[in-house]
Amino acid sequence: MSEMVLFKNRREDRAATLDEYRQSGGYEALITAVTTLSPKDVQQQVLDAGLRGRGGAGFPAGRKWAGVPEHGHFPRYILPNTDEMEPGTFKDRILVNADPHLVLEGIILAAYAVSAERGVFFIRPSYEKDAEIIERELEVARQANLIGKNILGSSFSFDITVHRSGGRYICGEASAQINAIQGKRPNPVKGGPHMAEQGLWGKPTIVNNVETLACVPGIVRHGADWFKGLAATPTGAGNKLYCVSGMVQQPDCYELPIGTRLSEIIEGSAGGLVAGSTFKACLPGGASTSFMPKQFFDVEMDFEPLKKIGHRLGTGAIIVFDQNTCLVAATLNLIEYFARESCGWCTPCREGLPFIREILRAIENGEGKEEYIPMLRQMADHMNQAYCAFAPGAVQPVLGLLNYFEEEIREHISQKKCPFCAGHQGSKQALWTNRGNGRYPGAANAEDKFASCPI
Amino acid sequence: MLTEEIRQKIAQEIAGCEHPREKAVDVMYVLQRHYGYMTDEAVHEAAQLLGMTPLELDELATFYDFIYRQPVGNYVIHVCDGAACWMHHERAVFDYLCRKLGVEIGETTLDGLFTVLPTACIGNCHLAPAMLINGKCYGLLTPEKIDDILEQLVCEACQPVLTK
Repeated sequence: MSEMVLFKNRREDRAATLDEYRQSGGYEALITAVTTLSPKDVQQQVLDAGLRGRGGAGFPAGRKWAGVPEHGHFPRYILPNTDEMEPGTFKDRILVNADPHLVLEGIILAAYAVSAERGVFFIRPSYEKDAEIIERELEVARQANLIGKNILGSSFSFDITVHRSGGRYICGEASAQINAIQGKRPNPVKGGPHMAEQGLWGKPTIVNNVETLACVPGIVRHGADWFKGLAATPTGAGNKLYCVSGMVQQPDCYELPIGTRLSEIIEGSAGGLVAGSTFKACLPGGASTSFMPKQFFDVEMDFEPLKKIGHRLGTGAIIVFDQNTCLVAATLNLIEYFARESCGWCTPCREGLPFIREILRAIENGEGKEEYIPMLRQMADHMNQAYCAFAPGAVQPVLGLLNYFEEEIREHISQKKCPFCAGHQGSKQALWTNRGNGRYPGAANAEDKFASCPI
Repeated sequence: MLTEEIRQKIAQEIAGCEHPREKAVDVMYVLQRHYGYMTDEAVHEAAQLLGMTPLELDELATFYDFIYRQPVGNYVIHVCDGAACWMHHERAVFDYLCRKLGVEIGETTLDGLFTVLPTACIGNCHLAPAMLINGKCYGLLTPEKIDDILEQLVCEACQPVLTK
């Protein structure tokens, strides 16, 4: 059993209290930092630890922080990003619910490292409970002088406010998030000034995912080598929260050494696939990553090993599809999602995603033509012209479908119907009760193609 | 019209804020709770309180999923249509809900109690299929479970003390 760091205090029913967190060594890192380390020391530790962003892009956190100019302007801001809206991803919600002070200590240490005065905890409306937990525990931390003016008697002052979002996927993108906080339409900013120099209200700003921030106290407390040693791969560092959902026995969020093999995560932690199902493919890191077929079942779930085989770790949210799931329909679901969530600001994304959606819909409905296949690829490639990473991410499943499951697209075209939708004329009630991991009556009849395509 | 008490409370919050526009979404939530949705009047009032033009405010009000520019029911049901819920037949959840409530997606029941809307992945993929009702998550949905949830909400709505 590997060492638990992020979920050490996870309980079934409630968040860990400040006392419980402190008993497990909590806030020792902050005490060390404000009494014996300079902000640069903390930055260097995180840089040495090789901590890479857990929100999707995987950018090294220490390098991001080092982007704040030493003599740059004040005030400086930290934006802990809990706008977790990547389909399949729920790790930040569980993390905040489990151990809010671990997240808070991480934020305070990041603030110390870049000399920030204010944090804006950006949170989506579906996570209102998290917002309430953070507000409650912030007050507890203030009472204990762990946050606020002259933290633990030092000259360092920093506080956090909670910013409730109105709810849109694009707000998770750093530049869009800054616009959202500033009460502007949250369009991403292309190019533009570097946020570490000119971000929120024109001042140096660091946007970090909360899982990334929650890794920081451990690094400061135990050192960079300890953090690197947690990983299962030589190129990796730290533990990772893997969310597993879809056709598995025990969908949940699991803390494991980064680089744990996909097969171990699915068959070990998540209990394997539901009865009667076999693994067909997964999205390894949320909806903005490509389908990964069975041939990669043993891949190490870490940035570099995945990159080597042409895939991305993304958020580490693994969505598992079984042999009875139509991947054309699955891709259509994902593209419908992205077409709706596109902020609509730039043309490739606004126009291109609905175009792709229509092609996929035609194919799924048995009205596809052979020429639609190169059209899909061409349109997917065009998404690289978009303003931000949203559209290129959105078409990753489309590219995965084309790269690994082109035959399945062809079957739709040649049979002029979805080959998985044999018994669709039945009642929706019946559809409902034929799948799942024993949750529904009559579930998991592997040979029953009746419910094979959820559309 | 906003009550003087609410207006004062909002004005106080804004006054204590270095950048009033940061409060735009919070103010919209307060007004939405008061009016039931962001009416034209609410857009004007929020804009005035925040020192924005109504157009600037409306640009936000029409952008966000959880700000409603049209009337909604007392209970807004957001059915998750993310990939994991889709795999667990989110369409069947929609169909069942809509049939039971006698509405199409996006519509409100005649008694003004329920509105059914789709929403982006709600981050409860391990509990698929899932939905939010007024922000509270209900997962592992089955027809029977939906029956129970709706029954309980109708019951709560009948007791004036518990209604919104």
